[in-house]
Amino acid sequence: MSKSNLPRGAFNRANPNMPVIIVLLLIIAVISLLLCVGLGPVTVTPGNVAKILLSRIPAVGSAIPRSWERLDENIVLGLRLPRVCLGLIVGASLAVTGVTMQALVRNQLADPFILGVSSGAAATATLGMLFGVFAFFGEYSLSISAFIGSAVTIIFVYTISRVRGRVNISQLLLSGVAISMIMDGVTRIITLSAPNALGLHNAAFWMSGSLAGAKWGYLTLPLAVLLICMAVLMINYRGLNLLLLGDESAGALGINAGRLQKLLVLVGSLMAGVTIAVSGTIGFVGLMVPHFTRLLVGGDHRRVLPISALLGGILVVWVDVAARMLLAPEEMPVGILTAIIGGPLFIFLLKRGSRDKKGW
Amino acid sequence: MTRLVIDNLNFSYDDTDAARNICLSVDKGEFVGLIGPNGSGKSTVLKNLYRALKPDSGKVSLDGDDLFFLSHKAAALKLGVVGQENDVPFDFLVEEIVAMGRSPHKKLFDIDNEHDKYIVHHALEHLGMANMAKRNYLHISGGEKQRVLIARVIAQECDFLLLDEPTNHLDISYQLQIFDFVKRLGVTALSAIHDLNMAALYCDRIFVLKAGEIVLQGKPEEVLTPENILNVYGVRCDTRIHPITGKPAITFLPSGKL
Repeated sequence: MSKSNLPRGAFNRANPNMPVIIVLLLIIAVISLLLCVGLGPVTVTPGNVAKILLSRIPAVGSAIPRSWERLDENIVLGLRLPRVCLGLIVGASLAVTGVTMQALVRNQLADPFILGVSSGAAATATLGMLFGVFAFFGEYSLSISAFIGSAVTIIFVYTISRVRGRVNISQLLLSGVAISMIMDGVTRIITLSAPNALGLHNAAFWMSGSLAGAKWGYLTLPLAVLLICMAVLMINYRGLNLLLLGDESAGALGINAGRLQKLLVLVGSLMAGVTIAVSGTIGFVGLMVPHFTRLLVGGDHRRVLPISALLGGILVVWVDVAARMLLAPEEMPVGILTAIIGGPLFIFLLKRGSRDKKGW
Repeated sequence: MTRLVIDNLNFSYDDTDAARNICLSVDKGEFVGLIGPNGSGKSTVLKNLYRALKPDSGKVSLDGDDLFFLSHKAAALKLGVVGQENDVPFDFLVEEIVAMGRSPHKKLFDIDNEHDKYIVHHALEHLGMANMAKRNYLHISGGEKQRVLIARVIAQECDFLLLDEPTNHLDISYQLQIFDFVKRLGVTALSAIHDLNMAALYCDRIFVLKAGEIVLQGKPEEVLTPENILNVYGVRCDTRIHPITGKPAITFLPSGKL
């Protein structure tokens, strides 16, 4: 990658124009929302989607002439819109979780799915669901049980792969694989031994992820967690940058590395947990999105965090459209598609990493 | 005025003692060298000072304050470090890496302002790297990386530097440039140095470590004698005061000759 062929304009790697990029991505996100709400086995035109949405806004709503079918309105408001919004939130959370975990382990290959965190969350979530283990948490028991699973897995994988104060990348990836296999096994055993049918939330859901069946009620907690975690991370953006230099350098530059890493474990597992509780395992988003974000705007977390969130949301929404269109009327789990797209990128990064000996 | 005092510092990795009863002090404006064979504990002592390692016992005070009771940030405002860790497996520009040196000066919501940019530019210019500001740190050479890290510690604007073999992997011209530069900054420095001739040229005082203990200390011409070097390193050499530098110049003797 030589200096001369860097992209020019707003997406200039050396001097990215952040306001322009953010506005551009917000516009793309809104357009994606309008298009994706309309796309599916039953297609609603973007114009009708916009009108249906506008008619729900109190002030301007009455001025919109009703020119759409009742069915369209039900599909848009009851099914698709919550699903697309959930896609945006889940995508953003997964991408930001990826960024968080990459700063924690100081490697671009970290992703909640690859490190087994998703499987850990899924296992405890299934456990909680079936046997009511975490029922005393009430309404949020599913999310909290998933959070516990993801926190335990992150801590476990992180501890295993830390050799003499440094995260060893092969240990990290291998322990991630081993733990996700163990946890997937646990999930399967739990679901197979389930006395009753688990409805939508069966093993397949947890292991391959889906946004089908999204309800408005699913959105609140993940959105709140995303906003809070995002704020925490943005406040600590300098610390995140410094952690990439290594613990020693970060310490010498005035960061309490140990404390910040604990914070990252908490933030990462919180986001992974509540996201996985509503969407199951959607892999590789946390790997792909930060990678492309860094190509666009470089490694500074002040830029990487917001851009990753926006790109992640847009990506998952479109992959979800593909998931419900490709084999229509059958639905594909969205996690299968992200794996098919993200897997090759992972292999590419792995090969590149071992060739350059950079970051290893 | 004494700035740094290390009093009876001990550190061990698991069972093996890596630093034993280390006592040393550094006065204001001094350039103090730590020399010794590989594994003698030079890095270990420095790492204990910048808190990458936690000593088993001992006290360290910087300007009268107990160093280990300062917050990381307060310590980073006084103490700049150039360690041996210089790989960053992520996509950063050279100027972004240097700007990280400004971190301890920044409050929670501060972003980098014109003053910071000026300092970063200035630091790069000093090391002759102003034209590399927009280069990707991943794709520059090891020597260039080392100079970027020196620029970062300059941008940190502290008046006490801990240097852990700062000229490793550098061409001779850059080795001289970096030591000259640190001297010209007029800061106080404690540096682990691999090359004895470099240590002789730049250090005001030298401490010699062997197997985790300080075995010798003093001015370069007192410490760097053939007998001492034979004792510590096990090699024979000839030293004499060089007529131009006025410092000891060491010539190592191959075992076959003489």
